[in-house]
Amino acid sequence: MAAGDMRSVAAVDGRGSLVAVVALCVRYLPVLIMLAVWELVGRSGLVSQQMLPGIGAIAAAFLDLLQSGELVVNAWRSLSRAATGLGLAVLVGMTVGLLMATRPLFRTLFNPLVRILYPMPKSALIPLVMIWFGLGDASKIFLIFLGCLLPVIVSAYNGARGVNPFIVWSATSLGASKEQVLREIILPAALPDILAGCRTALAFSFILMVSSEFVIAKDGLGFLIGSLGDGGNYPAMFAVILTVASTGFVADRLFGSFVSHRLRWKEQA
Amino acid sequence: MSPLSLIRHRDRLLQALVLVGLVSVWELSSRAGWVHPFLLPPPSDVLARLFADMQSGAVFVDLGLTLYRAVTGFVIAAVLAVPLGILMARRRGVQWFFDPLISIGFPMPKIAFVPIFILWFDIYDTSKVIMITFSCFFPIVTATYSGTSHIDKWPLWSARSLGASESELLREIILPLASPAILTGLQIALPVGMITTIVTEMLMGGSGVGGAMIAAGRFADSVGVFAGIIEIAILGMVVIRALDWLRARLLVWHPENRAH
Repeated sequence: MAAGDMRSVAAVDGRGSLVAVVALCVRYLPVLIMLAVWELVGRSGLVSQQMLPGIGAIAAAFLDLLQSGELVVNAWRSLSRAATGLGLAVLVGMTVGLLMATRPLFRTLFNPLVRILYPMPKSALIPLVMIWFGLGDASKIFLIFLGCLLPVIVSAYNGARGVNPFIVWSATSLGASKEQVLREIILPAALPDILAGCRTALAFSFILMVSSEFVIAKDGLGFLIGSLGDGGNYPAMFAVILTVASTGFVADRLFGSFVSHRLRWKEQA
Repeated sequence: MSPLSLIRHRDRLLQALVLVGLVSVWELSSRAGWVHPFLLPPPSDVLARLFADMQSGAVFVDLGLTLYRAVTGFVIAAVLAVPLGILMARRRGVQWFFDPLISIGFPMPKIAFVPIFILWFDIYDTSKVIMITFSCFFPIVTATYSGTSHIDKWPLWSARSLGASESELLREIILPLASPAILTGLQIALPVGMITTIVTEMLMGGSGVGGAMIAAGRFADSVGVFAGIIEIAILGMVVIRALDWLRARLLVWHPENRAH
């Protein structure tokens, strides 16, 4: 027993890091295989280099874009739009969702709107925001806001409705005010649902950011991808597309670890 | 009529009234000129346009094309992703190869790859359908994989010890037990597929509701844009309801349907 403990401690201390590195390599080997296939298909001449630029060419184009500042400027424009739209959606969506769950009047008022807007593919609103707000920031922020709003409202509503009523009754009978019940009981209990809704909203914010910039924009990552593609600079186009994809990936992972940190009090299922 | 159902009916009625009220305010504010009719065309004009397009058949051509692309892409994604998800849960080798690829691909905004698909497959239906398949694939495979690997071990062991073959195991135990999770995956993928359909139509043109809307937007035809939004809202609601209905039909035996 003690010997086993000692061995596992030693593994963590010394060779543990090596083992972890090897395990990581084995785990992500398929990704390397796919990259190698990509590179080989491009080199073999089966597909033209135009269609499938080599990894070296993409990396070089990425560094060029980074040095010229084009990538940083456009990424800043895009991400600030996405963050503004998403942030507003989380604030408004949580408020509306919690009000709908706790006040019947709000439920009656908002339920028909939510039921109509929820199943609607929000990208259909791109031409509308173009008419309303033109080609600037406002149109894209509004679109991202609307797209992210619905998942947050619905998750906050469901989370708050799912709170065990006995806890609410106990708190009320112990003299908690309505605000205290909301802050101390309903909000923490609904938090897992709300955070799950925010994660969905985060994914939507990226989708809507890129697609609205493809269709209507003067700058931003989507616009950069479009203009590089139109100019026939495919290695650079691939570089920006992969940048957007990895930014979305990293954002989701960061949010995921934030969620598990916030919800560490929760019992593991 | 019991008092409870009376309350429920009263709530329905109130909600319908809220909608009627909103549409009336919209009509009034645009007719009275409080809001410029270009920004918010009166609903009666939008309905008249929808009616005219219905008579000319244009609505049905656009809706039909959009529905055809969305459903084709979605079905191809399901046909590829469900078996792959099950295989990943059942075979270690498959899991080793695909798990990192899918866990990287799942949170990426797939829509950013549209220009690559245009480059590879041009701008016609092939390219749109492949893009829709690509974006629906990841939620379905992830849900199937997680659903299949979390099914209860006891029925599996019992069936195997009673002499069930691998294919019987799949048909009688794995598929039924994983079906709620698989259907949830499909229900997540469908709205994603609809969003992708509209965006690909807007970017690549060709008929379809997305293409018609972006054309209306470019020609400053706001009535046309609103008509498109209503068409797409109805289409979105119909396909989502259809999938909900399918879930209820397929899972009649499941406790989740016992409440009704």
